Amino acid sequence: MKLTISTKSALHGSLMLLPAAVLLATFTHIPSVMTFFHSLFSTPTGRHAAEFVGFENYMFLLEDDVFHQAFVNNLAFALGTIPTSIGLSIAMALWVNGKIRGRVLIRFSYFLPTMVPMIAAANIWMFFYTPSYGLLDQFLGLFGYAQNNWLGDPDTVLPCLMVLTVWKEAGFFMIFYLAALQGLPTEIYEAAKLEGVGRWYYFRRVTFPLLMPTTLFVMINALINSFKMVDMLFVMTDGGPDNASNLLLYYIYETAFSFWDTAYAATLTVVLFLILAVAAIVQFFYFDKRIHYR
Amino acid sequence: MKNKLLVCLLGVILSLGFSLPSHAVELDMYYPIQVGGPLAKIVEGMVADFHKEHPGIKVKPIYSGNYSETMAKTMTAIKGGNPPDLAVILSINIFTLIDNDAIICIQDLAVSKEDKVWLNGFYPAFMLNSMYGGKIWSVPFQRSTGVLYYNKELFKKAGLDTEKPPKTWDEMVDYAKKLTKRDANGNVTQWGIEIPSTTAPFWLFGGMAIQNGVNLMNQDGNETYFDDPKVIEALQWWVDMTKVDKVMPQGLIEWGTLRQDFLEQKAAMIWHSTGNLTSVKKQAKFDFGVAMLPGKVRQGSPTGGGNFYIFKSTVGEKRDAAHTFIKWMSQPERAAEWCIKTGYVGTSPAAWETKALRDYVASFPPAAVGRDQLTLAKAELSTHQSERIVKLLNDAIQAALTGKKTPEESLKDAQKKADRILKPYR
Repeated sequence: MKLTISTKSALHGSLMLLPAAVLLATFTHIPSVMTFFHSLFSTPTGRHAAEFVGFENYMFLLEDDVFHQAFVNNLAFALGTIPTSIGLSIAMALWVNGKIRGRVLIRFSYFLPTMVPMIAAANIWMFFYTPSYGLLDQFLGLFGYAQNNWLGDPDTVLPCLMVLTVWKEAGFFMIFYLAALQGLPTEIYEAAKLEGVGRWYYFRRVTFPLLMPTTLFVMINALINSFKMVDMLFVMTDGGPDNASNLLLYYIYETAFSFWDTAYAATLTVVLFLILAVAAIVQFFYFDKRIHYR
Repeated sequence: MKNKLLVCLLGVILSLGFSLPSHAVELDMYYPIQVGGPLAKIVEGMVADFHKEHPGIKVKPIYSGNYSETMAKTMTAIKGGNPPDLAVILSINIFTLIDNDAIICIQDLAVSKEDKVWLNGFYPAFMLNSMYGGKIWSVPFQRSTGVLYYNKELFKKAGLDTEKPPKTWDEMVDYAKKLTKRDANGNVTQWGIEIPSTTAPFWLFGGMAIQNGVNLMNQDGNETYFDDPKVIEALQWWVDMTKVDKVMPQGLIEWGTLRQDFLEQKAAMIWHSTGNLTSVKKQAKFDFGVAMLPGKVRQGSPTGGGNFYIFKSTVGEKRDAAHTFIKWMSQPERAAEWCIKTGYVGTSPAAWETKALRDYVASFPPAAVGRDQLTLAKAELSTHQSERIVKLLNDAIQAALTGKKTPEESLKDAQKKADRILKPYR
């Protein structure tokens, strides 16, 4: 049998794609489908096999107030961390992009939190927040404030974790902005200078719009991170007190590896997947139209 | 020449092969550390002693985090088809392990007369959480009860009798009021009493329920009584100490740093596990006392801590070896050694009869408080789906302590959810 040139090249192309496709399918696509499949069954235990229950797990989800709380917490966590870390990272990038003394040292120190593993960072911050012995309480104590149980109070625990997350992430995003800033053409700046444009006006009308592709990238990353960075919960709060700092992924872990309710954990995973998919789609389709790519 | 060398070598290899005892049975053991102190070293030391007496068995102790992490690792290993041979896991996880068909019933192994004597030798209070369906499934190892630690120097300063620790709830609150000190701004510099409310608040809360005359669940592990008026009253008492009497900090009290609070004299009295006794003894720069927990209608505490389990996949000579090891570890001498080095309560009356432990008690009487409390101790909260039920109660306690719900609301909610989870097991 003789192959035409076009089938030949198609075959060639498919073969080139095969290794990546196999890996993706094995570790991403098949598990995703299996997760959805498992979410339609009850959890098997040593004595009872799994039974098909349809959407019962999803119905339970609607009444599960821990899920509701984790969901609301996660939204608050995303809203509290994403804009702040983006704003902060732009500010830091602009600052260290200028000609200042000790530029390398400042860049390094901004990037340092990113290099510290989350578990280590959480342990350090735990010391800051410890009631009465912690750095924060000792500092406030100088001004006569009473001790605060930062991580033990449902009203302060989530903001405390947000501060840690912003501290940890801003330096990382700064690197992207710094790279983008250095890629900006200097002619525009010179032209604007000739026109007598103020710095803030220049930033608002020129720099920021030109940074939009980076912002989109950073925003998607920050959003994903706000749903997947839960390491600090293991060290600092275990999702407590009374679920005040519980986030979706931690709740999934708890359901799967502490309650061993794998079917319900699969259900929660499907929901988390849907949330992230919708967010990514909105970001791509909505913002993409507004971004100026050079 | 070459041939001779080869023959020689062969001879050496053969003689080596024959002189070795038949291969050693290897056992993997997961073990947790929940309290302070160099426990890993102590465990390894005891295992090394075991190897000396039983050269045919090689136990590999694998440190696996705290109790809940150890349970998570074990369950993951079971689901992955590669469980350890034996493990020290919380005694209250017995239902989960049996429901997952993961462990064997140790009573079925212990058929010889000597073995039966061994299994009957433990304190009955420790067996409450080791039984299922009337049979013994696991063997007590690092077991504890909750006790009251108190600072004798601060007692003296407050004009309290150092040899008369509080016996009732009212007395304890009374003492605590005298022990709470405030500075000129009204900030507290020394708290009267602290009871931990993170990590496992359900445990000492179980003590409060027992002291109020009820327990949190039935022996079959398929019913809980969180909304019992006596249980609600117990939680109310706890909340009142922070809000009404103001003798305990508001909000949550960290399990992990509580010992530090006591050692730094920021808390005059604390409730904690006996498992902390030895490290408190080593680090306290002041004279301290240990007492049974106070009572409302009676005194009492839940037992706590971890048991030995043998897994279903451990078969044949491995199963026998695991049996031998567990038996060896719970011998009176070993139990006494473990008790002295950690503070965990010696698991059998025979352990307390050993010379080592008798001498220790004579030189350090607080060591015997945990033991004496055993006659009043009850089972700790253990049910089917234990992890879930425990979390429900932990959340309810924290919700009440942080003022998000009243004790009545939070416990009634928790009971409703617990009923739904436990219904299939009734």
